[in-house]
Amino acid sequence: MTIISILIAALFTENFVMVKFLGICPFLGVSKKTETAVGMGMAVTFVMALSSMITYLVNHYLLEPFQLEYLQTIVFILIIAGLVQFVELFVKKSMPALYNALGIYLPLITTNCAVLGVTLLNVQYGYNFLYSLLYGTFSALGFSLAIILFSGVREYISEQSVPEPFRGFPIALISAGLMAIAFMGFSGFSI
Amino acid sequence: MSIGIILAVLIVGGTGLLFGCLLAFASIIFRVSKDERLDKITDALPGANCGACGYAGCAAYAEAIISNNAPINACSVGKDAVAQKIGKIMGKKAEKVEAKTARVLCGGVCGAALDKYDYQGIRSCVAAAKLAGGPKTCPNGCLGFGTCQAACQFGAISIVDGVAVIDEEKCTACGQCIKKCPKHIIQFVPKKNQAWVKCMNTEAGVLTNKYCKSGCIGCKICEKNCPTGAIKVTDNFASIDYDRCINCGECAKKCPKHVIAFNGAENYAKAE
Repeated sequence: MTIISILIAALFTENFVMVKFLGICPFLGVSKKTETAVGMGMAVTFVMALSSMITYLVNHYLLEPFQLEYLQTIVFILIIAGLVQFVELFVKKSMPALYNALGIYLPLITTNCAVLGVTLLNVQYGYNFLYSLLYGTFSALGFSLAIILFSGVREYISEQSVPEPFRGFPIALISAGLMAIAFMGFSGFSI
Repeated sequence: MSIGIILAVLIVGGTGLLFGCLLAFASIIFRVSKDERLDKITDALPGANCGACGYAGCAAYAEAIISNNAPINACSVGKDAVAQKIGKIMGKKAEKVEAKTARVLCGGVCGAALDKYDYQGIRSCVAAAKLAGGPKTCPNGCLGFGTCQAACQFGAISIVDGVAVIDEEKCTACGQCIKKCPKHIIQFVPKKNQAWVKCMNTEAGVLTNKYCKSGCIGCKICEKNCPTGAIKVTDNFASIDYDRCINCGECAKKCPKHVIAFNGAENYAKAE
């Protein structure tokens, strides 16, 4: 498996939101405006890249030597939650500009299933350190792509006259479904 | 077997303990000292997060007061009462907040302003403005689909006869309508000023005259009659320098097109 095929899979053919249906909560929650969607995308990318690296190291040097792979899920949750908290404290102190840009999205990601998903998939696919990092980063970029596109759709819909029963979430869910169908066009596409 | 269980407990517990300690240390090392006045000021502000002060929201404004020495009377929603409260917290004397109101600079009501096409699309000014600038022939005319009305949190805007009208009693000068208007024809005006020109059309008077009965044609009669020189015709429409205006109403009386409103009585000369 080459690097390029990992990138294409992470961005399009196995897009986290549209194909794997992971991280749907922020996808629907913070996609009302493009501005917030970009902020969320940035924050997720940051956290996913970081947690891909750390969980790889923990899994490889701590869990595997003791045959404790069955503890992956709970240990990864622990690591991600702790890591996000730590990063938030660190960024708040040393990079206030970045902290303001990421804002409230950073703590929101703590329990995002897309982050846990990427760490577990890295193990499942047997990626090495570099591949884990790449897969984490590009899956997050795929997430950003989906959420930013979707926020554009929702901004457009907000100005349309939608029939009363469909206003708000129903029409958002319908358009998300249509977008997922559009992403199906990529399936089977590989290099 | 029992070793496996103990090991699992140790690893999960150890990782948890490690992260716990790390976070505890981090919270001490990376502590950001917070000014206790910040919460007090945030509480004193109305909390509408409207952004009229020029900052992202009430919390951002409170921070700017403390760290950037921002003026304490910038909140146009809370007005004097809030400025005085903040003054007390900061130990500063609050200057008076000049009451402002938003006004729509267009009087092109149905019948007065001609349409260039029959618009059938989404009932929103933003959408309509994207289609060749909207259905009105005048490039600076109010489209009247009520985008500003929807943006107003205080119910101060209504669409009367195809043009947005602002109830100055209810207007808090938060500026939401100004941000939303795709035609940029809503402006802040000091409340005490009673005269305003209800037109921002920049095209030549000959053209304006053809498609809007209540458009400013730039004849400069108001300019000649103003005792203080507060009104000036620039870019083919009259505009008032509100610092110099003395509320005499002379311009409104003399305007041949009745474009200048005065003291709520629109088309003053006609009413007389």
